Amino acid sequence: MDKTLDAIIKKYNEDKTRLMDILIDTQDAFGFIREEAADQIAETLDISRVDLEQTISFYHFFSQQSRGKYTIYLNDSAVAFMHGRREVAKTFEKEAGCKFGQVSEDGQIGLFNTSCIGMNDQEPAAIINGVVFTRLTPFRVKEIVKDIRDGVKVEDMFQASYGDGNNCSDLIKAVVNNHIMKKGPILSSDNSSGEAIKKVISINPQDVIEEVKLSNIRGRGGAGFPTGLKWDFCRKSKGETRYVFCNADEGEPGTFKDRVILTERPRLLFEGMVIAGYAIEASEGILYLRYEYKYLQKFLESILEEMRYKHLIGKNIGGKEGFNFEIRIQFGAGAYVCGEESALIESAEGKRGEPRDRPPFPVEKGYLGQPTIVNNVETLCAIVKVVIKGGEWYKSFGTIESTGTKLLSVSGDCRFPGVYEVEWGFSVIDILEMVGGEQVQAVQVGGPSGSCIGPNEFERILGYEDLSTGGSMIIINNRRDLLKEIVLNFTNFFIEESCGSCTPCRTLPILMKDKLIKIIEGKGVMQDLMDIERWSGIMKANRCGLGHTALNPILSTLKNFRHLYLNKIQREVEFDTGFRLDEAVKVGKLITNRN
Amino acid sequence: MNQLIEFKIDGKECMGQKGQSIVDAAKDNHIYIPTLCNIPGIKPRGACRICSVRVNGRLMTACTSPIAEGMDIESKTPDIENLRKAIIELLFTEGNHFCPSCERSGNCELQALGYRYQMLVPRFKFQFTQRTVEASHPKLIKDHNRCILCKRCIRAIKDEKGRSLFAFGKRGHHVQINIDTKLSKNMTDNEAKEATEICPVGAILLKKGDGFCDPIGKRKYDHYAIGSEIETLEK
Repeated sequence: MDKTLDAIIKKYNEDKTRLMDILIDTQDAFGFIREEAADQIAETLDISRVDLEQTISFYHFFSQQSRGKYTIYLNDSAVAFMHGRREVAKTFEKEAGCKFGQVSEDGQIGLFNTSCIGMNDQEPAAIINGVVFTRLTPFRVKEIVKDIRDGVKVEDMFQASYGDGNNCSDLIKAVVNNHIMKKGPILSSDNSSGEAIKKVISINPQDVIEEVKLSNIRGRGGAGFPTGLKWDFCRKSKGETRYVFCNADEGEPGTFKDRVILTERPRLLFEGMVIAGYAIEASEGILYLRYEYKYLQKFLESILEEMRYKHLIGKNIGGKEGFNFEIRIQFGAGAYVCGEESALIESAEGKRGEPRDRPPFPVEKGYLGQPTIVNNVETLCAIVKVVIKGGEWYKSFGTIESTGTKLLSVSGDCRFPGVYEVEWGFSVIDILEMVGGEQVQAVQVGGPSGSCIGPNEFERILGYEDLSTGGSMIIINNRRDLLKEIVLNFTNFFIEESCGSCTPCRTLPILMKDKLIKIIEGKGVMQDLMDIERWSGIMKANRCGLGHTALNPILSTLKNFRHLYLNKIQREVEFDTGFRLDEAVKVGKLITNRN
Repeated sequence: MNQLIEFKIDGKECMGQKGQSIVDAAKDNHIYIPTLCNIPGIKPRGACRICSVRVNGRLMTACTSPIAEGMDIESKTPDIENLRKAIIELLFTEGNHFCPSCERSGNCELQALGYRYQMLVPRFKFQFTQRTVEASHPKLIKDHNRCILCKRCIRAIKDEKGRSLFAFGKRGHHVQINIDTKLSKNMTDNEAKEATEICPVGAILLKKGDGFCDPIGKRKYDHYAIGSEIETLEK
């Protein structure tokens, strides 16, 4: 029995619902989760080895083999490729002497692809042993690999200065930049921490919910469920206790606004969680934070500590007898699907991040079977403003159906990528002018799961009534091969991130990708387009949002950029299997020297 | 106390008990809704999605959704039946299902559904996925080629402490079922046999079994389509 590991397991009270923390700490301590470690964890927690492994193997930051002394996770999202990811990756492979997915012979460097790490405004970016590296160039890669060979610690590899704002604080020290380009009520720094808490504790919890309802605020994660209603349902559900979750798993490629909030407005967020806790009468709040943002851990914990000291978290908050609310941070370990609220809860309970069947809904039976609300980072921040200034005030922003402001994460082909806080109701054209997007072919609104629109739709407005978005705006100029560079990349993303539980989501996107490649290679026929459209309905049978939207990259471009597909397919041929005998036997011919 | 609820399936007036799943309630009303991942008595999971029905314009799985008063359920409409057939085809093309050489042929639920839905040539391309046959277990063979990842074995087979003997590994299209060799080492012959019976297809087999002993004509689905026993039962 290993003593270090024993201490880790004991730290979490040998509680199998804290398996994620145990695994994260184990990996931190030993580099990867060894056979003996897995045995020891399974035995102590009294679960079977396969059960343990089904959690480990679900998350792509966990590994049961060594991934090198320096593990490099290079983002492979479409925007990274726009900014030179291909050359960067090639240089990594050349310098390290191994391919992506492998560890170098000397065991020093492991190269791995990873889905969007929330740095789309400063790509290409990578995470090396938990430290974020942004704006990589082949030259920088050579420097990094040289440093690795020289045994330099990742923390000491920086040459340029740290990023802006809190990024350069002692507790973060990251080269990450905030790029706050436009401020609104949420990003403006006029909040005095604790004001909203002091205000709510003087009123009845139900009245807090009524105020939230009055503001008409809807969930900012993308789904847009009315927040007040969610709180109300949860408050009315019976349970031994209730839980507040903040969903900080922003995994939608192209979103990074939560990262900026967490870096610059963490007090606002935690205050929002405390208010939610007061309103639904919960005593524990959990910030589910994606592993990619682990570099913020020390900083966020110091803020929590500071708030405890100020009696804004903990026991008898703000002096209110009996109002107790604690907040802890729960890390994920790399799985987009955990952004789905029930998958997030599963993950927080130490399991695979597979979405749950509904009913019951999380507001009835959520974390550990208790009524639970899961709110987006931005939603909780907005609530603080609603509480301070009132629901009526909040409604003065935005449109009738979409009240308030929205943080947009703008990236891709534009001069000023970054975070923009705008009122709902902005048109796409306004945004393009604001961010310096020129010769724009398409805008991906709401990330891969959203829709890809062309110039004839740029008059449309952002809002739940028109273009709903969780905030990701990827701008694509007219030099890009939309199908090859964007649609294929996004489709691959959904294939990689499917949990694999529902049959259609596990199988169909692969078949669609084959079709897409066939079309891109000029082997497609009209029948392929018809098949894609006809088969897409099958995806509606999936359980969760990921499954429902996994084909959106293809479907929305097939609808809005049909000419791109029509130009690629063979118009004179009605049937083509895509098989080419010459290509298939090419290698064989070469080997046997026959023609 | 059982509370009776009225609801409709494809326009037919039905009665069921509060809390019952749509699948079970339909069964009591002699209506068959196809299932694969569902096993009576075990908490449903809604993994295969074949029992999808439409309520208020939304698809939901009938195994996980309880009936509600006045619910108007669409089940045997052309588009839902087509969806189910598509899911069967997806399962057939995802794995490597060579029925003639499989000892579960004739007793296999996936195959039986293929017949019921008159699947001829699947509309989807066969994926010919590279899968393995695992024989490290003393009593069982795990043929990943045939596994439809329905999780029945995961949910149903536990040891006396409630620990899972089977579990998923990896995710997405890489997902596969793993057996805990250590925990299941001491499985009795009977338990091993039960494990094979939990599997709807021929993915869990006995090493020393009596495969192929039912002659054609005496196998479970040789004469009647799967589900017909529910549809023909007298009230």
